[in-house]
Amino acid sequence: MNRIRRALLAALVFAIARPLAALAAWNKEAFSAKTPGEALKSLGIGDAAPAKDLHIEAPEIAENGAVVPIEISSAIPGTTALIVLLEKNPFPLTARFDFKEGALPFVKLNVKMAETADVRVLAEAGGKYYFAKQEIKITVGGCGG
Amino acid sequence: MAAGPMKMRASLGTGFTDVRVLMTHPMETGLRKDADGKVVPQHFIQNLTVKLNGKTVLDAQISQAVSRNPVFSFRLKGGAKGDKIEVSWLDNHGESAAIETVVA
Repeated sequence: MNRIRRALLAALVFAIARPLAALAAWNKEAFSAKTPGEALKSLGIGDAAPAKDLHIEAPEIAENGAVVPIEISSAIPGTTALIVLLEKNPFPLTARFDFKEGALPFVKLNVKMAETADVRVLAEAGGKYYFAKQEIKITVGGCGG
Repeated sequence: MAAGPMKMRASLGTGFTDVRVLMTHPMETGLRKDADGKVVPQHFIQNLTVKLNGKTVLDAQISQAVSRNPVFSFRLKGGAKGDKIEVSWLDNHGESAAIETVVA
């Protein structure tokens, strides 16, 4: 009896702990990558096609690298994820947004940029990847001091 | 600076609900030095979750490159007055915070 109860309890704990672990997932390997290529590899992303339906709205020149506003949105049907890379930051991968039923593929956020660089945005739609790029000129970098 | 309270506003747009959320967080990169020349350890939000009426609609993983006191805008499909929106975050120290609002 006791053994059955213990087994059931273990199964229950396992069932509860699993979704919690999934919720807190953070891709350490991808976020620790030092180049955009390595980051994409860690995310399991190979080829990506350029897409006009993937929009980046960001300033051409940002005076303060500590707060650079970036708005990203995808009009590619079935977009389920948007990924942001700041190509010349020490750790380029900046964010990954996974959209479930009920959310539109749109995000506005502020980021820190070390120096003038391209922001690269990737979209995942139907198992395929698409990308768009825009250069942002930085007058004063926002990563160190 | 420690992590602190959040603010959120949700308003109805045309065909979508606009969610704007502000988090109080230092978002330390681990590269910055304090006045004594000592490196300030990394402290940043890693996970964000947006829920609509109790159901997760958006999961995000973010890095230390997101600006201090992060502000995010998200858009949810459709929406109606009374919809309940919850946003929560979790940082690399295991600290977390959440805020809930009702679409007005």
